[in-house]
Amino acid sequence: MPSIYVDHAATTPMSPAAISAISQQMTQLGNPSSLHTHGRAARKVLEDAREIIARTIDCIPSEVIFTASGTEANNIALKGLFWNGKKNGKNLVVISAIEHHAILDPAHWLETHEGAELVQIPVNSDGVIDLHLLKEIVSQRGSEICVISIMHSNNETGVLQPIDEVVRIAGDIPVHTDAVQSFMKTEISYKKLGVTAMTLSAHKIGGPLGIGALILRRAFEIPALLHGGGQEREIRSGTLNAPSVVAFAAAASQSFPKENVLLLRDSFISGVKKVIPDAYINGEKSSRLPGIVNVTFPGTQSDTLLLLLDAAHVSASTGSACSAGVHEASHVLLGMGHSEQSAQSSLRFSFGSTSTQADVDYVLSVLPDVISRGRAANK
Amino acid sequence: MKLIAAMSGGVDSAVAAARAVDAGHEVIGVHLALAANPQKYRSGARGCCTIEDSHDARRAADVIGIPFYIWDMAEEFHDGVVEDFLAEYSAGRTPNPCLRCNEKIKFAAVLDRARAMGFDGVVTGHYARTQISESGKTLHRAVDHSKDQSYVLSVLTVEQIQGAIFPLGDTTKVEIRAEAERRGLAVAQKPDSHDICFVPSGDNAGWLRDRLGSEVGPIVDQFGNKIGEHKGAYTYTIGQRKGLGLTVPTSDGSPRFVLKIEPVSNTVVVGPREDLAISTMRGERPVWCGPAVSSEKKRGFVQVRAHGSALECTYYFDGTLLVAELDEPLLGLATGQAMVIYDGDRVVASATVCETQ
Repeated sequence: MPSIYVDHAATTPMSPAAISAISQQMTQLGNPSSLHTHGRAARKVLEDAREIIARTIDCIPSEVIFTASGTEANNIALKGLFWNGKKNGKNLVVISAIEHHAILDPAHWLETHEGAELVQIPVNSDGVIDLHLLKEIVSQRGSEICVISIMHSNNETGVLQPIDEVVRIAGDIPVHTDAVQSFMKTEISYKKLGVTAMTLSAHKIGGPLGIGALILRRAFEIPALLHGGGQEREIRSGTLNAPSVVAFAAAASQSFPKENVLLLRDSFISGVKKVIPDAYINGEKSSRLPGIVNVTFPGTQSDTLLLLLDAAHVSASTGSACSAGVHEASHVLLGMGHSEQSAQSSLRFSFGSTSTQADVDYVLSVLPDVISRGRAANK
Repeated sequence: MKLIAAMSGGVDSAVAAARAVDAGHEVIGVHLALAANPQKYRSGARGCCTIEDSHDARRAADVIGIPFYIWDMAEEFHDGVVEDFLAEYSAGRTPNPCLRCNEKIKFAAVLDRARAMGFDGVVTGHYARTQISESGKTLHRAVDHSKDQSYVLSVLTVEQIQGAIFPLGDTTKVEIRAEAERRGLAVAQKPDSHDICFVPSGDNAGWLRDRLGSEVGPIVDQFGNKIGEHKGAYTYTIGQRKGLGLTVPTSDGSPRFVLKIEPVSNTVVVGPREDLAISTMRGERPVWCGPAVSSEKKRGFVQVRAHGSALECTYYFDGTLLVAELDEPLLGLATGQAMVIYDGDRVVASATVCETQ
């Protein structure tokens, strides 16, 4: 029975190197913060891993703060940078309208609980943020802005955002970027981008679940969310998770087969257009990550399509978060000018290092029947 | 068959889905999200489709080993059930929203969608049975009469009954809970839900008042004399005795009952118990759950409440309305209630009461 996984943007298989690294490290005893031999041994491999990750993202090792998830890193960055600004009488938080919920929700939380003023920069129909508006806000109210947080690429459409431009416009204003989807999938250098903070996550690149990192400029201090042992620069407390960190580094040491994934994606796109002529690709004109395709199938409802695809042994996604499993219209697609209805007729297919042409061919072979049943069920 | 199992997160629908799997069907579990803004937790036995309920349903599906999805039917539920409930009350009638939900959601929107997607029917945890006879697939009472839900299923047409699977009709509730324990379903001892799911507080009158306002109006006796005031006629039900707040006593000291609710004049009419008695009821929008009822008078039973008694009657269809003539008078029947005709334990037809005498 086939079992086709085209949801690599949700999570992707752990690489054999990462599995071997985590298994090996789990046999080793020692808290990396302990001073004795066992502790030092754990610390040694942990710091080796930190250096590998630093090299991969092009930052200095002390700029890597390990967290338990990308969500946690986003929360530390957004809230910490806001509170820093607030100390100096600033109150404005600027994000894009298409951020992941791990930025969107903390931003709304700051609004409700900390009195922050939130500005959301809209995107155009190609899914790219409006730099003119950002420029305008920075020139008019720059002195009030605590933080600008714009994702490096969007998790639903794969559309890359002009972060280098954002940094130029921001000047001295701290910029954070959620690079969870971009890391390893596209050229990205922390140093060259010049952002203050960046979020990474291990399980999107073949590492384990439950480990992420905040890259934060050296000597840049922000208030902590979790207080305790102060293990990570006093910004993040909690016993360091050496096995997961080591596996994170093992995954980061692999190279992502960009060209191959890009070929698969393009073959999928042309196949979709052939079998479902009225389907269209969201953000097609923009530069995008190699692995993500977001397709609108007019006249359908995405939760029905997911069920039918699942029954045909294909795991895809709507790409947007759901509360209690109820699919809501994607704020990303709405932001790109979709109606509620067309936003709810869209699916995300995402390819990764283990994807093959056979996966693409299989999905294309079941798609016509799935779409026609989906259309019938939507009448 | 390929079936959709509607899973509320309760014990009944979980066992129903498991039994359908055991019977060899290909089953997919679906939880219907009916509230636009679901609450996190259920409070006691009230409400449903909280986030906790959807987790319980998912867990049951995982234990049974079937795929599970959530279908958002909040809009259909609001338009077809909640709005209807409000409209009926504001017209002075007493609706039963569970009937509406079965008619418009579970065996309409869900069944239609299931069929379009290539499924053959919908499995639910209702206590009712179906039988195949010469006249096709018919709907019957459950063996556990105390749990029988054939009343709220009486709005199903022959076509809908065709696509309905009720695996629990031959078992008592006590046995279902024991079976759920045996199957390792964590919902085995979950309390039953009661009341109206979209009124989580259980305070129907308060819920109606918030939405329909509380316009003060007169309470009059059977002769038209004003003897009190009410805050919103729709918060009263026919036959109600308590909570009328009347201070003028009757001449003989006997209690007063709500006889009639007049929405246009916003008047509540009260009177003696004997004036509540009716001997004939007529219902509009009849639904035939099997062969159509004709003008020929037949003997059977009529039931007017979900767990009310079956009353002996003679019934027929007068061409427009379904008519039931009772052997013994009935006290307190409101328009808007469903009258359901039974032939023994078979559901014959249902209609919405529009006239009584």
